[in-house]
Amino acid sequence: MRIQIERISKTFGNVRANVDVSLTIEEGTIHGVLGENGAGKTTLMKILSGYLQPDSGEILIDGHPVSLDSPADAIVHGIGMLHQDPLDVPALSVLDNFSLGLHKGFWHSKRRLRHQFYTLCRRFGVRLQPDERLSNLTVGERQQLELVRLLASGVRVIILDEPTTGISEQQKQVLFETLRRLSEEGMSVVFVSHKLDDVDALCSSASVLRSGRHVGEMSAPFDRDRLVELMFGRAVSAPVHPCSCGTRIALEARGLVVTSRLLELEPIDLSVCEGEVIGLAGLEGSGQRLLMEVCAGIRKPKAGKLLLDGKDVTHAGYRELQAFGVAYVPASRMEEGLVRGLSIREHFALGAHERHLMVDWDSAETKARAQIERFSVVGTPDTRVEELSGGNQQRALLSLLPDDLRLLMLDHPTRGLDLGSEIWVWEQLHERCRRGTVILFTSTDLDELVDNSDRLLVFSGGQVSNPVASAEVTREELGYMIGGVNL
Amino acid sequence: MTVRDLARKLGLGVIPFALAVVTSTVIILALGANPIEAFGNVIGGAYESWAKVADIAMAMVPLLLASAGMLITFAAGLWNIGVEGQMLAGALMTTWLVESIEGPAAVMLPLSVLAGVAGGALWGVLIGLLRVYGGVNEIFAGLGMNFVGSALTNYLIFGPWKPERGATMSGTDPFPLEVWMPMIGHTRASWLALLLAIVAIAVVFIILRDTQWGLVLKAIGLNPVAANRMGVNTNRHLMLALMACGALAGLGGSLQTTAIYHRLIPQITGGNGYLAQLVVLLSGLRAQWVPLVVLFFASVQVGSPRLELRMQLDSSLGGVLQGSVVLFYLLVNGVRQRLGARNR
Repeated sequence: MRIQIERISKTFGNVRANVDVSLTIEEGTIHGVLGENGAGKTTLMKILSGYLQPDSGEILIDGHPVSLDSPADAIVHGIGMLHQDPLDVPALSVLDNFSLGLHKGFWHSKRRLRHQFYTLCRRFGVRLQPDERLSNLTVGERQQLELVRLLASGVRVIILDEPTTGISEQQKQVLFETLRRLSEEGMSVVFVSHKLDDVDALCSSASVLRSGRHVGEMSAPFDRDRLVELMFGRAVSAPVHPCSCGTRIALEARGLVVTSRLLELEPIDLSVCEGEVIGLAGLEGSGQRLLMEVCAGIRKPKAGKLLLDGKDVTHAGYRELQAFGVAYVPASRMEEGLVRGLSIREHFALGAHERHLMVDWDSAETKARAQIERFSVVGTPDTRVEELSGGNQQRALLSLLPDDLRLLMLDHPTRGLDLGSEIWVWEQLHERCRRGTVILFTSTDLDELVDNSDRLLVFSGGQVSNPVASAEVTREELGYMIGGVNL
Repeated sequence: MTVRDLARKLGLGVIPFALAVVTSTVIILALGANPIEAFGNVIGGAYESWAKVADIAMAMVPLLLASAGMLITFAAGLWNIGVEGQMLAGALMTTWLVESIEGPAAVMLPLSVLAGVAGGALWGVLIGLLRVYGGVNEIFAGLGMNFVGSALTNYLIFGPWKPERGATMSGTDPFPLEVWMPMIGHTRASWLALLLAIVAIAVVFIILRDTQWGLVLKAIGLNPVAANRMGVNTNRHLMLALMACGALAGLGGSLQTTAIYHRLIPQITGGNGYLAQLVVLLSGLRAQWVPLVVLFFASVQVGSPRLELRMQLDSSLGGVLQGSVVLFYLLVNGVRQRLGARNR
């Protein structure tokens, strides 16, 4: 199937999300759609998959114009989309989720579905247990399930919107392998991303969007500098992290045993100086987040001691630690970080810890305006946080943090951000380090870990490595350590 | 506000009302009666005399108080189905006070109010404890506690508090005059009860709009995890919300005994705890609309018995009208949101 997008335009209010976009996806190719946050990639893909209708322009399948009025319509035409967050039912089994929406009629033939499931999994090299509860699956595995489900519904063109966000390097490789098999079988894959590396590794051709317009087209092998220029309209390079470590020890863990229902880590001994950045590397779910939650007082350690500026805070709760200048920025912004339905102004009013009876709207307004300006959030104090784009939500979340922190923990601080925003976020964080804040962060991006931290802790299979100076480790070595190889 | 916004807002109120009237009309026609006559009787029945207006005012009191309480728990994202039980608890506590001590009105009236507030608040706290520390969903906790409250009321009426000449469904002995809420002239309306209810709804309006606590409740209601991460003690505020709601509902229950029935009877709440859910839903969780909705509900309640007297129709037809307005409101609201979401 050959898909042609012809002069598509779409406007939301005053925002022109897509302007006259035309591009062609050939049969059997993996086509990348690149662009920074807010470039109009998702809108275009939602139009292609029937979730949105364009204001003008048309879509042609094998030369015939089609109208895609709903996602179901698009699937009938053979186009399916895998969303940024998989839509599924965590309480049901893998097989039940597979059959949802797929199965028509009243009676369920479990045996036939199971057979179909196995056949598809084998064909595309997907390893999933049909009887596993979905809530036990990782994001990457849920993606794979969603993919298999789309394939079962007869889709020939698969759109993936930022699929590598939030999955581990290993899972990414599995996903890429599956996608390559799909294209070998003559299916087309549209791969939406803002990550050059991924597009470079996977795609045979790529289109670049900027501010809603199609600004360029390229085939593999890609000229990366040229792609960056197309994406941002200028050349971008990441600054090298200047070490800002002091000599005073700010955070200390002594034989700290971190546990969850599923995992018990070996005791951790660690001394962190003022202004030091510690990267927590490892496959997702290896305990990095558990350590941060313990340091934030959200989770209690099983044993050991935690000291902050020499003070024993092992048993301090979250709010108590907040008063000491500890902050934790969760990875899921809209679930744990921001309150959907409240405006930016209301967030600042909520964060004001003075125990006044009445809300001081004037000071909340002033604070919100100042921080919006300082953090270049695209929005006004009245904007509700769910109306912000992903990158702006992260900016808003960071702008809510108090200025003087002793310990700042961030779970995937740049997840879903484009290169420009990523660099900007790290400039902000390093600025805090210069003022003595200790930073702990997780990432699945090896470059981000090595470039931005002073030392790394590697989490692998319940073990935590001794701190490694990031200047003395290569990405390859780090990759092996994450995979559990002792060097 | 543009004309379009205004039209949309009016539509949100008028369309469901019209649909409910149509539904009721169909039902009345099916019963073989004249709908115009029936509606005429409801309106006429409600406003035929000053005495009826006074009745409407008194019907508004418990409903206003229970709704004011529910606004608080709804803001915090709680489905506080236990308002009924909280009203009962207020009534029981007040009756207990009356059964235990005697005194002049200047002492007894304030004490009876405090007893009602305390009883309801305590009941709210029990539900809160079940929810926060017992991990019981507040709907089930509240519903369970409603049954407990109702059984306890019956036990007390037929047991410890039964009149000397024997227990009946008509309740305890009448309260001494010292604990009767002061009336307006010779009507059955108590100015003090009405004043308390109006103050309550006004205070809740201000709490939710302008206070730090109101904002905190709103944040918890929308996203408890994020609110917690921002340093809000969610458990404490959930407890406080249930307690505050209980206090207001308890006052409502207490006033049922001291301002209306002047005794404790079974079903002292008159179902106002459940009706308040409908009121709050119909007001779109906005305090400023609650008095209007309550006025409508109370008018129907007072007016519909005339259906039975004049037309031999069951007075529960009024309830059909109340219920269907709420249903259609939710329906119209849902459809509107769906249409709005479509082109996002």
